[in-house]
Amino acid sequence: MVVDRDHIIEILKGVSDPEIPVLTIEDLGIFRDAIVSDDGKVTVHITPTYTGCPAMDMIRVNVRAALQEHGIDNVEVIQSLNPIWTTDWITEDGKRKLKEYGIAPPVEQTTDKSFINGDKKIVPCPQCESNNTEMVSLFGSTACKAFYKCLDCLEPFDYFKCH
Amino acid sequence: MANKDLLNYTLQLADDVMILGHRLSEWTGHGPVLEQDIALSNIALDLIGKARNLYQYAARQEGNGKTEDDYPYKRDVLAWTNVLLVEQQNGDFGQTIVRQFLFDCYHYYHLEALSKSNDEQMAFIGAKSLKEARYHLQYSSEWMLRLGDGTEESHSRMQKAVDDKIHYFEELFIPTELEARLIKEGIAPDLSIIREKAFAKMNAVIQESTLVLPEKIYTQQGGRDGKHTEHFGFILTELQFMQKTYPDMVW
Repeated sequence: MVVDRDHIIEILKGVSDPEIPVLTIEDLGIFRDAIVSDDGKVTVHITPTYTGCPAMDMIRVNVRAALQEHGIDNVEVIQSLNPIWTTDWITEDGKRKLKEYGIAPPVEQTTDKSFINGDKKIVPCPQCESNNTEMVSLFGSTACKAFYKCLDCLEPFDYFKCH
Repeated sequence: MANKDLLNYTLQLADDVMILGHRLSEWTGHGPVLEQDIALSNIALDLIGKARNLYQYAARQEGNGKTEDDYPYKRDVLAWTNVLLVEQQNGDFGQTIVRQFLFDCYHYYHLEALSKSNDEQMAFIGAKSLKEARYHLQYSSEWMLRLGDGTEESHSRMQKAVDDKIHYFEELFIPTELEARLIKEGIAPDLSIIREKAFAKMNAVIQESTLVLPEKIYTQQGGRDGKHTEHFGFILTELQFMQKTYPDMVW
């Protein structure tokens, strides 16, 4: 069987993130590349969002399963730290989907160092757009999110922290 | 042939975060309130994640079939080279926060420098963890303030925690012999520069928290040489229980 790289990339674009199922691994910037060697072996490069992200093993399995469904069995999934993933890798489409899902997307570029001098940043509520929100906890339902509360519509929400 | 210094340095860095991550994970299910339970567990996850990256790197350097699991599960007390600070008991929430805050002061600036290491993999691991460590430092600093400058009860507990833990801070900045060699090669960060930044941060937060450092500090050290405090054996007993009971078991 001839393995076509574009076809593989199309398949992988459909693999969703186990923690945030509305996003694909492409939206999140976890999927880096797929390389097809002459003997038909497919090497997929993925990168972890978080050092200890427990979803990585699951993503690895899902990548294999998605390709297997299309009859592609000779697959190796490699986890790489080069270049380092940051929240800047989340696509614009991904940020829009996050917000629609009720998770506030990162509000700043990762180069921001305001935390050192203690500046508070404004995280708009994904439900009502109000800027009148407060942080409940720096660590939310997963390590990559903080937990916020909107003081206008009173809805609690997750904020995808800048990394 | 593997560079012995680099290998041992990799393990030294891994052991610090493995043990602190293990300690923090002891809070899982026991945190004072749900948010803090989750926060401490998340920090534990970050630290154990960094330890995994380093142990995997060590295994690759050795290239003799070892895996990341061999280091935490199959080495006895003397082979571990983590500092004494990280193995200290959790105590109350304040003791845990002070231990964490002191480590974070070191860890953040150490990672900042490590991300510029001449060793490519070290630089990647440093850059990856740096982004997480800044949240750890922010978290522990905020709790230092809230509890230090809090009620009479919280203040006195935090002061006691500082008085207890500060003696373990300096060890983080004493380079081992191999570390001194790697500093010259630009692989390990220069600890004297990190010490300066870490102490400045530590002093500023302690002062803002209305806490004071004890007049005399008696630096405790030995972890880097495998000489650990009494608590360490108990940690390994739990951490290595499965491997000792069922040698070479796998999931």
